[in-house]
This record gives sequence, structure tokens and C-alpha cells, in this order.
Amino acid sequence: MSPRISPEQVRHVAKLARLSITDAEASQLAEELGVILEHAEDVAALDLSDIEPTAHPIHLTNVLRDDAPKPSLDRDEVLAAAPATEDRRFRVPRIMGETQ
Amino acid sequence: MTGAMTAVETAAAVRSGDRSARSVVEEALAAISEREEELHACNTVLADAAIARADAIDAAVAHGEDPGPLAGVPIALKDNLCVQGELTTCSSKILEGWRPPYTATVVERLLAAGAIPIAKTNLDEFAMGSSTENSAFGPTRNPHDKARVPGGSSGGSAAAVSAGYVPLALGSDTGGSIRQPAAFCGVVGVKPTYGRVSRYGLIAFASSLDQIGPFATTVDDAALLMETIWGPDQMDSTSIPSRPDPIGAGSDVSGLRIGIIEELTDVEGIAPEVRASVERAASGLEGSGAHVERVSIPSCAYGLSAYYLIAPAEASSNLARYDGVRYGLRVDGADVAEMNAKTRAAGFGAEVKRRIMLGTYALSAGYYDAYYGQAQKVRTLIIRDFAQAYERFDVLLSPTAPTEAFKLGAKTADPLAMYMSDVCTIPTNLAGHAAMSVPFGTGVEGLPIGVQVLAPALGESVMFTVARAVEALR
Repeated sequence: MSPRISPEQVRHVAKLARLSITDAEASQLAEELGVILEHAEDVAALDLSDIEPTAHPIHLTNVLRDDAPKPSLDRDEVLAAAPATEDRRFRVPRIMGETQ
Repeated sequence: MTGAMTAVETAAAVRSGDRSARSVVEEALAAISEREEELHACNTVLADAAIARADAIDAAVAHGEDPGPLAGVPIALKDNLCVQGELTTCSSKILEGWRPPYTATVVERLLAAGAIPIAKTNLDEFAMGSSTENSAFGPTRNPHDKARVPGGSSGGSAAAVSAGYVPLALGSDTGGSIRQPAAFCGVVGVKPTYGRVSRYGLIAFASSLDQIGPFATTVDDAALLMETIWGPDQMDSTSIPSRPDPIGAGSDVSGLRIGIIEELTDVEGIAPEVRASVERAASGLEGSGAHVERVSIPSCAYGLSAYYLIAPAEASSNLARYDGVRYGLRVDGADVAEMNAKTRAAGFGAEVKRRIMLGTYALSAGYYDAYYGQAQKVRTLIIRDFAQAYERFDVLLSPTAPTEAFKLGAKTADPLAMYMSDVCTIPTNLAGHAAMSVPFGTGVEGLPIGVQVLAPALGESVMFTVARAVEALR
């Protein structure tokens, strides 16, 4: 069977998904995803040009509720669950490179 | 064991003062201690909170107050339902140690009805799996045979009810995760109409498919739990705004039109004894006055493929929130992107990674139309085909799962083989309809088989009527 997805493609998708993977995982995922996508060919091959897609099974639109103020989650309780905080905020590593 | 008394009986005894909630809870805790080491159905046992709550209920009864329709009934909660201040893990290392700052609507409603949450149950990590073997904390075993899986992903909840820990449990069903383990463990399991039960506080897997529902030992108990948790909720904008009509206590199927779905029953892969159970239930219903015929729902054949594109696509988006910033695990990195990627690599198990990858791929530039877009169109076809069938039939029947419970490890090396065990349950989720599994018959290995009763959206009342009739045929 010709591979439907290469280890290079897997590494690209992993980057999109913010998931670090080893070379061994990339090869294994290429094989496993290939088998699943092979099975999905029955769907990919259907002629459905006249059919509208369904994103959601029930058709609710513009669900509104009263604009009444209510207490939010307790800030300290929420922050207590975070891996790192500073000055009552979430703390993260550097976001942009030093040269940027 | 609490298994001896139903939830209906327990609540009646506690409300009338014939039995203390304390004794009910102590009995449940004893049942858990007795078998938990071999079964591993629970991630957390809420012993102290449950005893405190039982005492409060007994005090209320002593003061002449009514603690509610589920007074003193112990219940197990799948560990993807948030309870404020209690560990909620989704059986994932990425959430290990996390305590939610809020409580799921369904749990609030249980507490208001007098029920007593007693355990958080094991699941396939983030509800992704069909055997509960994908738990980061080890598999749950089937109470009927320790060498076999309880099904999944709500395997811990199914096993907890089956083993007699509790008469009731809650699970979540995205592609069969309540009904398939119910079938494997010989209990009743219900997937309500999409939007009928609030998802607020259910940790999201695939938001257009996820629905919370009951496990119970009897159809009546499942109905009682269903009527406690359902109905509109302002905290979930996908919750159906109309108030549900009571389920009722009917079991009369005379004059009902019942269709057996050919594509889920008469196909390769369905074990002969499973098909025989469906046939036997159908002829029993016919004997009770129902009209039974075969019906074809051709697009059901594409359900599995469509589901394994749509659910991973939605999951890849929902699970983006586990980034090492606001809760759960963090693995340090030189910058935020590296921290995210290392955290997710360390925190997610193999199946979750596989689905995130599959979903990200199916949504990525160049593949979106061929995979995700096509799958969404198949969803339209399935809804259309079901609508046609429900013009001629009141309810539909099929197996819940293709086989009885399989052995631990039997399908872990072959993701596609594992996915196949959801083939009969998936179409209901894609359509947003209701379906439930009722234990009926046993397989060649002597393990339970489930018959699935399917109903159109908001068809819970007729679904429970037929389920009661099937239960009475046993």
C-alpha cells in the first residue's frame, strides 16, 4: 500500500498541533493514520456535490439569555490551578524571540 | 451490595425514614472496598464527602423535610464531569491533580435531588476509546470476567453499576461511550437526544456529538436519573430550550412500528449470537403487539468513517486548551511554543495524540474538503435517511455492539479494529438522536449482550417504553 501520509507530513501536522514527536513516533503515526485514512476513502470517494454539510445536529440560532450580572469564577481559586503565576496572572515563558 | 436495591427503592426507603442514607452509603463504600482492587472502576472515591452528605440527608428526613426524588442514592460520576474542589482528571496525566473551580450542571441537579456522588470513575483518556484501556491510570476490568474489558469510554461507570457499587452512574456518549460499555457490562445505558442534557461542566471531546447520560440496572432507574438531569440550562447554549415532557411509565408496544436496521444488524462483523439477541427481542415485541420489519438506512454504512473524521477534528480544536498555561501539567521549554509542544507530548497518551493528529490533518489546508467537508455531508445523508425511516417507524432496533466484551489487549495494537466496536452506536450521535442499550441475552462466552433501541430526536418517551418492554421479555 502506498503511504497516504509521509513522516514529513506527520511532522508538519504535529507542528500545527503543538505536539513534539520523535522520529519513531512520526513513522508510526504515518502508518497508523494511513490505515485510518485508507478506511475513510469510502467517504472521500462519494459524490456529494449536491449535499449541504451538517456542522451541528440541532438548529438553534441566536440563543440569548438575560444580560444579568453574576459573579465570575474566583480568581485566586482559578490561579491556584495554574502551573505558574505572577502578580495574580498566568506566567508563561518568552513568547517572541529576543531578536523579534 | 446496593445492587440488591434499585435507585427507586432506595430513594423511597430513605425518604420515608425506613433506611438511613448513611447505611446506604456505607454499604456502597463496602462494595467498593471489596472489589475495587481487581476492577479499578474508580479514579477517586469521595468517601468523606458522601458520608457527610448522607448525614445531612438523614437529618433533613428527621426534620420532616423531603430531600428529593433521589434521596440517599449513591451515584458514580465519569471522571470528565467537573465537581468543584474534587479531582477531575479525564484519566489523563495532563489534568492529574486538577480541581475544578465549578460544578457541572448535571451534578448540581443530582445534589438538588438528594443523590450522593460517591466516586469519579475511570475512562479512556478524554473519552477517546472503546475499552477503557486508554486510561493513564490503568484499565478497568469487566465485573463479569476480569480478563475482559468493560467497554468504553465510560467503562468505569458501567463497571461500577454492574459490580453493584452503586445503582446509578453518569457517563458521556460521543460515539457510543455510554451504550457500548453498558452492553459489555450487562446494564442499561442511555444516550439522550443531543441538547437534552446540559454539557456545562462536561470536559469537551467533540462538542457537536457529546452528550451526558445515565447508567442503571433497570429501565425505570435510568428514567428516574434522566428526568433528574435533563432540561434546559442557561449555561449551555446548545441545550434545547423546551422543557421535556415526563418519560412516563409505559411498556405497551401494541401498534408501535419497529424497524430493525439492516446495515447495523445483517452485516459482516456482527456476531451471530448478537444478531440472534436482536431477533429474539424483536419477535418478543411482535408477540406483544408491535409491527416489526427490516429497514434499510444505507448511509449508516458510512457512519464510522465520517465519525472518525468529525470527532477527531473537533477534538483537535477542543484539546488545544491543554497548553500548560492555565491548569494541569507544564513541561518547561525555551519559549512558549516549545513549552506547549513538550507539555502536550508528555501529558497526552497515544490514542489522544493519534486523534489530535488525525483531526488536525483532516482540517488542514488541502485536505479539509476531501475529509472533514465530506464527512459533514455524510452527516446530512445520515440525518436524511433516518428521517425517512422514522416516517415509517416509531423506533428502530439494532445491536449495541458487534460482539460481547473482548479480552484486554485484544485490539490495542490495531486502532481501526478498536474503532469498529462503535459501528452500531455512532450513527445516533451523528444524527443527534436518542438511543439506549438494554441487556438482552448472552454471547458464546456467556457475557452480556445489549440490544439498542433508537428513537428520533426528543423521542425519549417511546424509546423508554420499548426498552421497558424489552426488559420485561428477559
